[in-house]
Amino acid sequence: MVQTDLVTDLYVFILAAFIGFEVIRRVSPLLHTPLMSLTNALDAIAVVGAIILAGEGKSTLATILGTIAIVAATSNIVGGFLITDRMLKMFKTSRPAKP
Amino acid sequence: MTPFAGSDLPLQITYLIAAILFILSLKWMSSPSTARHGVWAGEVGMLLAILGTLLHHGIVDYRWIAVGLVLGSIIGVPLGLVHMTAVPQRTALSHAFGALCVTLVGTSEFYLRAPHVPPFMMSVLSAEVILGSLTFTGSLMAAGKLEEVLPQRPITYKGQNFVNLLVLGIAVVVAVILVRHPEHTHLFPVMLAIPLIFGVLMIVPIGGADMPTVMSLLNSYAGLSAAAMGFVLDSKLLIIAGALDGASGFILSVNMSKAMNRSFSNVLFGAFGQEQAAKGAAGEEAKPVKSATPEEAAAILSAANNVVIVPGYGMAVAQAQHKVRELYDILTKRGVNVKFGIHPVAGRMPGHMNVLLAEADIPYDKLVDMDDLNPEFPQTDVALVIGANDVTNPAARTDPSSPIYGMPILDVDKARTVMVIKRGMSPGFAGIDNPLYYLDKTLMLFGDAKTFVGDIVRELGGTGHG
Repeated sequence: MVQTDLVTDLYVFILAAFIGFEVIRRVSPLLHTPLMSLTNALDAIAVVGAIILAGEGKSTLATILGTIAIVAATSNIVGGFLITDRMLKMFKTSRPAKP
Repeated sequence: MTPFAGSDLPLQITYLIAAILFILSLKWMSSPSTARHGVWAGEVGMLLAILGTLLHHGIVDYRWIAVGLVLGSIIGVPLGLVHMTAVPQRTALSHAFGALCVTLVGTSEFYLRAPHVPPFMMSVLSAEVILGSLTFTGSLMAAGKLEEVLPQRPITYKGQNFVNLLVLGIAVVVAVILVRHPEHTHLFPVMLAIPLIFGVLMIVPIGGADMPTVMSLLNSYAGLSAAAMGFVLDSKLLIIAGALDGASGFILSVNMSKAMNRSFSNVLFGAFGQEQAAKGAAGEEAKPVKSATPEEAAAILSAANNVVIVPGYGMAVAQAQHKVRELYDILTKRGVNVKFGIHPVAGRMPGHMNVLLAEADIPYDKLVDMDDLNPEFPQTDVALVIGANDVTNPAARTDPSSPIYGMPILDVDKARTVMVIKRGMSPGFAGIDNPLYYLDKTLMLFGDAKTFVGDIVRELGGTGHG
């Protein structure tokens, strides 16, 4: 049972890595900085693990570390999406209509 | 044991939708016209996943979750509003935060499960904690160097790579012992602490020009550690997000190492900053260079049809991008075709120059990648280099004895006239003399980039009105 879970997880990892390579290879070098801040924000989905730790109340240590982990991940989510959008907003094509 | 295992289908479906949105999010990043949809897709996916998790039945106490979410948002907003010039250090800091989250979760998972941790579980847990903690201190060091609170100069010593590999090796050995005997819980803090030290050691020899590669590498490590955490928690969503981030960082690292003509293994083992030894290898006596005033530079630029501007980190340091925009505007108005030549490793992180120039309102279709631009240099009347050095050094193409030989460069020396704005004749980061400066067609424009470009703009504006 546990063994098959692991194998499934490995499949998921490998397939996701392939998708990642194919999708990200196509990202214009223009956008490599926002790409990095976006993937960083997406990576902060780790917050779900931290939420469960902090909320399950299994041990004091888990609650404390989980809470700190939520703070770290949430700041990446909020800050990451915010700055990515700010950067992308700046990319304009030739002769933008000046306000 | 496995909080994500299939007990409730709606939650799993929510995670699946989030995973699809994450992939779409990256897919839409392929072009500036759709990229903002990508951010929205990512945000919606993230929101769904968090809401779904909050409704998860295993949660008994919401107080600390609320504290964490609120505190994180309070810290996150200013980090999302930093000035564009501070984006590299902000990104490094966010790698550190991501790695911190992963490391802390891994640590609690270990103590919740110990001493009965199956070998595979212990292996991925070790990978999570080792990658997480070395990324944490490594990214903090990188952020410190970028913010210039730490010395930017690379610090190297003999046998550095050996020491670093030894330290990492010890961590791996401890991990192996823990996999075989997870009941030795006292070894866990050791496995946590050694990579923290390694992260510092890894960044100590890094100089400014290596930063784009290092940033990409840390990005990749952060992703892989998150994927390892996904294995520990049996969370497919986290595995997918981590794999995407890991792949992204990996591709960027390969791009950056290619653009610096380093082998990828050279990069992986942190053998950065090795080129320091080259200092003073070139001819010692001062060779004659031709210099020019802003008036002369303005006259040459206004007589040109095709101009390529090559920005480097020096432009960012001098905060000259807005003056460069003025120059772009005034030249374009006079019918001059102006493009920008962007080297992949220009600046301190991948794509750094593009963001700075986009911020200064320069249209992105004028920002041209090295490979697309190089064939056009022979038809270029003026190449104007602003604060870039090694990425324009023709020795990389012609001189096999040069330490940067083989590194792809922007072929500015093929333009009819080359103008280089530079503070003085000091060599670039790698300490390598640049033969470009001694060419007959090269004019050196000595001064601060912002002031000098401003002076050229004033000259052009003056003649324009007169």
